[in-house]
Amino acid sequence: MPDPVVITENLTRRFGNFTAVDHVSFRVEAGEIVGYLGPNGSGKTTTIRMLLGLYEPSEGYATVLGFDAFRQSEEVRSRAGYMSQKFSLYDDLTVQENLAFYGGIYGIRDKQRIRETLTQVGLSGHESDQARALSAGWRQRLALAIALVHRPQLLFLDEPTSGVDPSARRSFWDLIYSLAAEGVTVLVTTHYMDEAEYCGRVAIMRDGKLLALDTPAALKKQVVPGEVWEVHAEPLQSALNACDNCAGVLSVGLAGDHLRMITEKGTTEAGLLLGLKSSGLSVSRLERGEPTLEDVFLSLAKA
Amino acid sequence: MIETYNLSKSFGSTHAVIDLNLKIAAGEIYGLVGSDGAGKTTTMRLLVGALKPDAGDATICGYSVGKQTEQVRAQLGYLSQRFSFYEDLTVLENIRFFAEIRGLSRQEWLPRCMEILTFVGLESFKDRRAGQLSGGMKQKLGLASALVTRPKVLLLDEPTTGVDPVTRQDFWQLLIRLVSTPERLSPSALGPAREGEGVAVILSTPYMDEAARCHRVGFMRNGRMMVEGTPSQLRSRLEGCILEVRGISISALRQFVEKIEDVEDIHTFGDKIHLRLVSSRADSVIAALNRAFPTGTSENPECRLVPPTLEDVFISLSETS
Repeated sequence: MPDPVVITENLTRRFGNFTAVDHVSFRVEAGEIVGYLGPNGSGKTTTIRMLLGLYEPSEGYATVLGFDAFRQSEEVRSRAGYMSQKFSLYDDLTVQENLAFYGGIYGIRDKQRIRETLTQVGLSGHESDQARALSAGWRQRLALAIALVHRPQLLFLDEPTSGVDPSARRSFWDLIYSLAAEGVTVLVTTHYMDEAEYCGRVAIMRDGKLLALDTPAALKKQVVPGEVWEVHAEPLQSALNACDNCAGVLSVGLAGDHLRMITEKGTTEAGLLLGLKSSGLSVSRLERGEPTLEDVFLSLAKA
Repeated sequence: MIETYNLSKSFGSTHAVIDLNLKIAAGEIYGLVGSDGAGKTTTMRLLVGALKPDAGDATICGYSVGKQTEQVRAQLGYLSQRFSFYEDLTVLENIRFFAEIRGLSRQEWLPRCMEILTFVGLESFKDRRAGQLSGGMKQKLGLASALVTRPKVLLLDEPTTGVDPVTRQDFWQLLIRLVSTPERLSPSALGPAREGEGVAVILSTPYMDEAARCHRVGFMRNGRMMVEGTPSQLRSRLEGCILEVRGISISALRQFVEKIEDVEDIHTFGDKIHLRLVSSRADSVIAALNRAFPTGTSENPECRLVPPTLEDVFISLSETS
């Protein structure tokens, strides 16, 4: 078994009195895609910055690709790619020129490698397009090309598909899967549940602490406390209030034109219907729902 | 509350919006969904009167956007993708500024601002500088500024891009309360004071989980409205067509699928694969999967039909021409 690509042990970072990352320990194996999910200020970005050697840990340590993330940060950075949510492209340069410029920073002057990278992200044929003329989806690909041009073994993606539509997002993720299949390890920060579903394992962070780290399916099974239901009832607002007193209902929220409800494990459709009726709801339709990572997140956030 | 008639707008040779006919009622949250460049933002700008249509017209509360722009703006609240505040003014000062440029007097704006700040949950932060708010609080301040004139129509352009799930949940609860009939609401008088009707909301979004929360959704592509309906109507188009498969490697599954005509699309997730099937072919595909990967071999398929998501519908619509 090869060594894990990322190891953190009680990794902690304080800024004055504020603990941004609080004793976080985890391991990531080669070729894994791990998502970091958490609200702003939960410690995602600070963790990534420590892994890249930009911040010194206040306590604990991180090794990345076998190097100490802080003391050997040069070694780490030459082997890691980083694609930020707010990546900057030179709008008046072409696709090819942008990539050649950023490649130059990593010492990549090989034209063949530039061409290869553009093909890899599906941008060949667009070499002479000006960056400003690219759609959000294409810009994303160019930013990915920039992060990949020096053949990193580890890729950090910060909210990579923020603002792009589902089709573009899916083709972006197909690219990420093929990179992972070649052995590239990928760490993704996001606060979109949709995006987290694409990851092999998902880490959920809050207030600097790692609350959970597992596959999406395992998280849904372990964290969501019961059965999920979609309840159509009129009028919605009074139905919502009435649910608070209904036995077996763990949580309930408005979801557009209906209610989304989590009930105790083992609740049956007939049982729930009866309970809702006796709480005064007139239910027009009741369906089982699928637990989502959002349910996981909200359950953890409440705990 | 919002109606458009064959609304069209081109930029040079690009047809940004083509023959758009919308009809959105009071109390409704309508989601405009589409890729980049589908025409969502252009539609929003046409509705606020920031762009002039080439053909067709739009009305807001019965006023023509083209001819009665002032009356229209008096009914509208608009939260754009990049709303901006004065970072060195406090929350209350920012809202006051928005209220005053909309011509509200002090007697009017002060109680109303406090009411709105309470509604969005920012009342205890009224003296904080806007620059020191978290992302979620900024979002709420944006919404509060758009609400200060008690609009009957609210336009939200990608309102929760970059906001965490807890805040997003809060934001949606606010929206849903806003469109509910005011009489049923707690003391807030946010809805139009005179009538007993809620606000009409139109929002654009690239996120399907957000679209799923709307009462009605319209998919736009290349400037045209492809299909409209409630999330459940739209999902029912693919009922019984999405098969979730676990326990098989993606490469093995791809090889298998190439031989099966009934599979239209493969969608890989982190720990599962979704197949989109030709309608009512699920049984035969599951049978074929079980034949191809018999028990006892290393691949051990676990299949189940799952409810389609709006994303599945969006992708299948994007493929048809």
